[in-house]
Amino acid sequence: MIWRIEVATNPAFTDAAGLAAVEDLADAGLENISAGRFVRVFTIDGPLNAADAERIASDLLADPVSDIFSVNKPVDVALTGSHFTVEVAKRPGVMDPVEASTLKGVSDMGLAADAVATSRKYVFSGAFSHVAFERVAASVLSNEVIEECHFAPVVPSARATISPYKFARVEVDLASAGDDELLALSKDKGLSLNLAEMHAIRDYFAAARRNPTDVELETIAQTWSEHCVHKTFRGIIDYNGEIIDNLLASTVARVTKELNRPWCVSVFKDNSGVIDFDGKNCVCFKVETHNHPSAVEPYGGAETGIGGVIRDPLGTGLGAKPVANTDVFCFAPPDMPAEKVPHGCLPPKRVMKGVVSGVRDYGNRMGIPTVNGAIVFDERFVGNPLVYCGNVGIMPRDKVEKAALPGDLVVVIGGRTGRDGIHGATLSSAELETGSDVVWSGAVQIGNPITEKKMVDIILQARDLGLYTAITDCGAGGLSSAVGEMGAEIGAEVRLDKIPLKYQGLAPWEIWCSEAQERMVVSVPPEKLDDLLALCASENVEATDIGVFTDDKRLRLFFEDHLVADIEMNFLHDGVPRLERKAAWMPPSLVEPVLAPKSDYTDDLFAVLSSPTVASKEWVIRQYDHEVQGGSAVKPLVGVDNDGPSDAAIVAPLRGSNRGIILSCGINPRYSDIDPYHMAANAIDEALRQIIAVGGSLERTAILDNFCWGNTDKPDRLGGLVRAARACYDMAVVYGTPFISGKDSLNNEFQTDSGTVVIPGTLLISAMSVMADVSKAITMDLKTPGNRLYAVGTTKDELGGSELYAVNSLLGANVPIVDPLAAKAIFDALSSAAAAGLVRSCHDVSDGGLAVAIAEMAFAGGLGVDAALDAIPVKGKPLDARKVLFSQSPSRFVVEVESAKTKDFEAALAGVPFAFIGSVTSGDRLTLNYEHEQVIDADIFKLKAAWKAVLAF
Amino acid sequence: MSEVNILVLRAAGTNCDVETAYAFEKAGAKATLAHVNRLVDRSVSLDDFQGLAIPGGFTYGDDVSAGRILAGELKNRLADAIAAFVEADRLVIGICNGFQVLVKMGLLPGDESSGRVTLTNNDSNRYEDRWVHLKVDGGRTPFLASDDVIYLPVAHGEGKFVVDDDATLESLESNGRIVLRYCDENGLDAPFPYNPNGSVGSVAGICSASGRVFGLMPHPERNIETWHHPRWTRGGSPAQGDGLRFFTNAVKYFS
Repeated sequence: MIWRIEVATNPAFTDAAGLAAVEDLADAGLENISAGRFVRVFTIDGPLNAADAERIASDLLADPVSDIFSVNKPVDVALTGSHFTVEVAKRPGVMDPVEASTLKGVSDMGLAADAVATSRKYVFSGAFSHVAFERVAASVLSNEVIEECHFAPVVPSARATISPYKFARVEVDLASAGDDELLALSKDKGLSLNLAEMHAIRDYFAAARRNPTDVELETIAQTWSEHCVHKTFRGIIDYNGEIIDNLLASTVARVTKELNRPWCVSVFKDNSGVIDFDGKNCVCFKVETHNHPSAVEPYGGAETGIGGVIRDPLGTGLGAKPVANTDVFCFAPPDMPAEKVPHGCLPPKRVMKGVVSGVRDYGNRMGIPTVNGAIVFDERFVGNPLVYCGNVGIMPRDKVEKAALPGDLVVVIGGRTGRDGIHGATLSSAELETGSDVVWSGAVQIGNPITEKKMVDIILQARDLGLYTAITDCGAGGLSSAVGEMGAEIGAEVRLDKIPLKYQGLAPWEIWCSEAQERMVVSVPPEKLDDLLALCASENVEATDIGVFTDDKRLRLFFEDHLVADIEMNFLHDGVPRLERKAAWMPPSLVEPVLAPKSDYTDDLFAVLSSPTVASKEWVIRQYDHEVQGGSAVKPLVGVDNDGPSDAAIVAPLRGSNRGIILSCGINPRYSDIDPYHMAANAIDEALRQIIAVGGSLERTAILDNFCWGNTDKPDRLGGLVRAARACYDMAVVYGTPFISGKDSLNNEFQTDSGTVVIPGTLLISAMSVMADVSKAITMDLKTPGNRLYAVGTTKDELGGSELYAVNSLLGANVPIVDPLAAKAIFDALSSAAAAGLVRSCHDVSDGGLAVAIAEMAFAGGLGVDAALDAIPVKGKPLDARKVLFSQSPSRFVVEVESAKTKDFEAALAGVPFAFIGSVTSGDRLTLNYEHEQVIDADIFKLKAAWKAVLAF
Repeated sequence: MSEVNILVLRAAGTNCDVETAYAFEKAGAKATLAHVNRLVDRSVSLDDFQGLAIPGGFTYGDDVSAGRILAGELKNRLADAIAAFVEADRLVIGICNGFQVLVKMGLLPGDESSGRVTLTNNDSNRYEDRWVHLKVDGGRTPFLASDDVIYLPVAHGEGKFVVDDDATLESLESNGRIVLRYCDENGLDAPFPYNPNGSVGSVAGICSASGRVFGLMPHPERNIETWHHPRWTRGGSPAQGDGLRFFTNAVKYFS
């Protein structure tokens, strides 16, 4: 029997979700909406009678106080006038996380149900047309990629049954294929293999006197994918005639090798980079991107982005406990006019809201504080938003090493396997029209954080009980890459038909390569299998023994006793031909604008504070739980009203200890338009100066690189990437900060009718620093009237790529140039001064320059500033006021010092450029003078209001 | 003083268990983490504990509504054990998701005569993490002794306290059972963001008629160290956060 239960908010109470839907429709241009109601719909299939259904509705689904419900008829939402109804349901095959919980609730009541589907119904009243409603509602209230909208009443129906998969051996004829056919095959099957790679595969199987099976071909394609082996970074690059053999090894990884820090415990080899924390524990950090999935389905893409990166520390060593998340996004501006958004792109505001909700819902449910991040806006991210998600974990020092041994069993723990993420969006429309229940869901992965939370809880217990010898996560490439990696040195044999599925009908290669979320693979000594399975069962976590690690260095896969793959591990992991590419970089011909001097720059300060990249991100930050686990020592929002922009976050990961980690990030894609080398250098400087600003030091500071780039088949794009990677080496080796992990996402280009939108080459640098005592931290808000203010670091004629230019639609040519030797001297001196207790507040100077830094310190502290900038250290010829105020020269800080400590502070900074500039006042005015003119004079509360208004949705 | 044993309950999606246990330990208790399955399979017994804490999190994903599935599980599978525990001279605290569980299983308000309450979507219709001032009506529950204004963070999407009718609020009020209310710095009633979710009567926490069952949306376990305070770098923060008293008072109750 199928029961349809509708639950709505009792009209006596605020229907917050209904009101939000009205707001979203109005935002999208639907006028004259008078009211909206939100209805949750549960369709329950099972041996239940009417009384049972009524009981489920009243005791489980509807709140006795705040809800009303009805069974098998529409709930009366008490709207008068003409109604417009839309019901949004998940498309067949899209995972519905609410189903399992509802089934459990029903079972706890002593009843039994077979299946539950949920949908969202919205009812509106108002004076608009059906046509207008249907056009707007579908795009605003649903995502057509994973959901379908019904405007007519929905008749509940049983789920389509799926026929089970019947085994058929599929071989792919490579032996007789010519080059054109090989390329066509790679394209048709979505393998992303080039001709040299197809040749290598053909030759390998020719030597074995047979053709590959579909499973073998898919396995090789996954293992050789750009995502898994970084073919570009590890390939051979002809850069303006100079041959670079492995860009990664010659830049980023070289820093780490040359610095050879004893506290780098495991770098560039495991799922995240590991450094020593306190001698007994290690901390590890990984940052990933999930750009394309977030462009297609922002919510699900971001959810599975954060869900995926959490499994990296969990899959590092024998498993680390996740203790902090970071997130950095690049979007097109939320107010980008609709006519400028290319066909096929979601509106930028929609992308932003979806991504933020995805990170919020997954991160918060995992119980991991999201503590640090940044958002950068540029119209070129319209088709390729960048979604970087990071996770920090902690683990005992003696759990860092792992090795699966021959004879260990292959056990998959966590979620079930479905068609999630197979080949992105390459499923053909023919397949979509066959009416099968599950053909969908390929392109988009839907996360279920509670499945992952349960899995984390159980894995950490199993780790401490020593129930397995190695662990890794199922990420890109799914089981194929997880088992392939763990068995790379020994060999593995897996029974594909033993892998638990979400639904029937999957072919063996789909099971093997599925990117279904929330799964980990462990290698388990046979005598420990029962204990592991019992432990998992004790907390309702699914675990299945699916095979065995061997010693014959082969990967063998079976499906119901049929051997469907038999490949040498050697070929799988080392058989990929190296990529050879050409790269060239020519400096663009740019000119520095000549602007007339002004007597007052207060308007410019307001304009820069209101640019979305600079503006307050409070709307985003507050939606994340940044305090769960009880270790938040410096929060993302600081100051007298808890709303100032903190430079970095500090977390103490162990309860009862004040030892902490500082997390920060640097990103500035616009500088790439002038020179990607300086873009990268500035990103490193920014991440590190934020560590210094909160009272940290460069000692035991590690950094991570995440490159997001355009199509590197094109020499100019690759040339830019080479320059950026070289800056990574040149800077980090001087700062003494090793890279411990990194990742790249290439091909971020979007085809429109009128051409290609290419993202600016973007490097995110994430930094992690160990701090001995979090109670010594410093925040950026001004503290006390009468205290002295100093500018530290050298200001130069460097407005190129600045926020001031950007708000005036200018780029400029004078990109900020980092002098890492000078920067390190400044960082070390300031760090010592802070450690000696001489610094009351400190803010790094970044987007918007000195003017923005001082303004943020003032309004975060609720205090005024009276300062003159004439004495600030400058380089080159004298600068005009515009450059003094807004130049974005790196390695600079503004520091507040108590009057009694100025002598000691100045002594501590001897040898590095700094100047006294003025005082903190008890008033509410920010007054900046230069060359005897008052160049800025503003009310700090008005400045703050402008800064807060832009992204307050 | 004999050891005070506190059971910190976990279920799928609980996520404030470790810091809640730590807060009890810091207050001098012995805290034991146990999965709800261990209570259901009787390998752990409530009889061995003086206190039960249901910590924050998203049990079962907060699917259906916050805390509802765990509430159903406790009510349907552990009714007798919990009824006996509440009857005896024991303490129960539900924090955030734990408060939602206590309300949805009917342990709060807990007596038919005081009417029905629930916790529903914030007026903002979104999850928010922010610090709030709370006016304490102390003495009614052992967890809070004195009347003052304290400062704790909230972090939730479904924390708006509502009642079935005005009489319920009046009854709770007149019996001193509204032990925490959102307020401004001076302890006065104030709108959003002071009242972060639109709670009726600015209610942030209530206790049972006995006072021994207590639920609150704010997180006392997130303000126990000096450096938990969002403005500790400005100076003048207390050496111990305002949240620690909830746990020390609970321990004192048994000594």
